[in-house]
Formats: sequence, structure tokens, C-alpha cells
Amino acid sequence: MADERRLDGNAIGGMMLELFGVEMTNATEVCRTCGTADIVARLEVYMDAPGTVVRCAHCKAVLMRVVRSPDRTWVDFSGLGSIELPR
Amino acid sequence: MPLISRGFRGRQSEGPSDRIPPGQHLVDDFPVLSAGPTPHTPLEEWTFTIEGGAEPASWTWDEFRALPTEEVTTDIHCVTKWSKLDTVWRGVSLDTLLGLVEHDAGYLLAFCDGGYTTNLPLEHVTDGKAWIAYDYGGEPLEPEHGGPARMLVPHLYFWKSAKWIRGFRLQEEDEPGFWESNGYHILGDPWLEQRYWGD
Ligand SMILES: [Zn+2]
Repeated sequence: MADERRLDGNAIGGMMLELFGVEMTNATEVCRTCGTADIVARLEVYMDAPGTVVRCAHCKAVLMRVVRSPDRTWVDFSGLGSIELPR
Repeated sequence: MPLISRGFRGRQSEGPSDRIPPGQHLVDDFPVLSAGPTPHTPLEEWTFTIEGGAEPASWTWDEFRALPTEEVTTDIHCVTKWSKLDTVWRGVSLDTLLGLVEHDAGYLLAFCDGGYTTNLPLEHVTDGKAWIAYDYGGEPLEPEHGGPARMLVPHLYFWKSAKWIRGFRLQEEDEPGFWESNGYHILGDPWLEQRYWGD
């Protein structure tokens, strides 16, 4: 069933740039749960929740959770096995 | 006769503004917030389970629907700052469910299809404060709003009212759930604006 609330990883391009300091949408990440390597742009993103939730496009496991308040940002990347940072 | 009587003004001051917690605004629609794909668990495969009691307790959909129900009309408050007044639900009270389980726990951790969790102190879900709701507005709860069944804890921010709930584990400790472990407040009282860690 189509899920119209789902975005792709381009939706977090700005947020990832802010968090990592480099353009990340073409960076490769590895899912800790299923081991699949993919680029950030192809991840599945839900942004209408109380925070941003990024999931593996293959096994749907949560890779990243980001919550932002007016003065703080919380990041949980524990669903990632690895992520490359372009230089 | 004055156009605006004192009585009218008095009633106005007891109007909706007194029912909207600080920082919230009123909506008429029912926004959908999801942290993942909408599960579509068939009712024949659905169960509700309470773990952590003296004996594990589990109900099928038909067994769960045979439990005593209550109709609840209540205001709801989402941490993303919308509030909605006079929503009408039907479901099973947590008082009913916890009355069927022998335990000495102080907290629960709700679990859901899709992997979502949220934690609650039992004192905030007993004495008529929480339900497992399966009807909304007189109709079966739609999947996008958490159907077939969701938690309803209307006096706390609505992330505590977990969609697609499948049960909870009774615990001695207050274990942070999906949002509570990454920035959101451990309790989430909208009248105290307990949105984030440290609020
Ligand atoms: Zn995966």
C-alpha cells in the first residue's frame, strides 16, 4: 500500500549538511540491521512525526532519529553500521 | 439591554482558551503524525498482550472486543503544538486491563506494530486516565490514526497515545521509549509544557 507520508533522503539534505558540515545526500551508509549499503538520498524519511525518522529502504529499520527543540538537537544514529563523510 | 452582558463575558473566559495548554493552538482537522510506514495487521492476527505480571495475559481481537468498554469525550494535545477539543473515543480502560493482571509494577512500556514504544507511570494510566481505543467518532479507528487500536492517554502529550498498540510490559523502572530516549520528556504533561529533556 502506498504511504504518502514517506519522503526520500533528499528531504534531509539540509539537516545532514548542518549536522555533518558536508553535502551528504550521495554519501554511502550501511544499515546495522540488514547490512545493506545505500546512499542517503535513497533512504526513507518521515518528517511529520515529533522528530525526523530515517529508515533503511530495504528492511525498514530505524537508522537515525533527530529531534530538534528551539535550543537543542538530539541525534541517535545507532541504527547505522557506518556512514561515509565526503571530503 | 447591553449587547454584551457580564454573563456572556464570564462564559467567554471559561471558553476554549482555558482548555488549551501553553504554547498550543486549536485545530479542527486531525493531523496524522507517523514515524514509519502504516502497519496493516489483519484482525485475525492481532493480539493484545500484557507482559511482566504474575502470568502473561493475552487477548485475541474478538476477546479484546468482548471486554467492557467506555466512551470517552476528551481534548487531545500534540507536542507539535496542535490541540483538538471534544474528540470522542471508545475503548477498554487500563483500569479494566490492569485489574485482570496480578503485578506490583510502577511503570509500563507500551509496544506497537512498527516497533514504536512509549513509557508511562502506572499512576498516569489508572483511575480513568487511559484507554486502549478502537473507535474514533463512532467509527472503527482508521489505520493512519493508529487503528485497529491505539493507546489513549489524553492528559499527556499525544506521543504517549501510541498508535498500533499491541500490548505493554509492566516494569519496576521507567524505561524511556522511542521519543523519550532521544530528546522528548520522560512524562510529557502539556499543562507544564514538558516537551523536551529538562523541561
Ligand atoms: Zn536494513
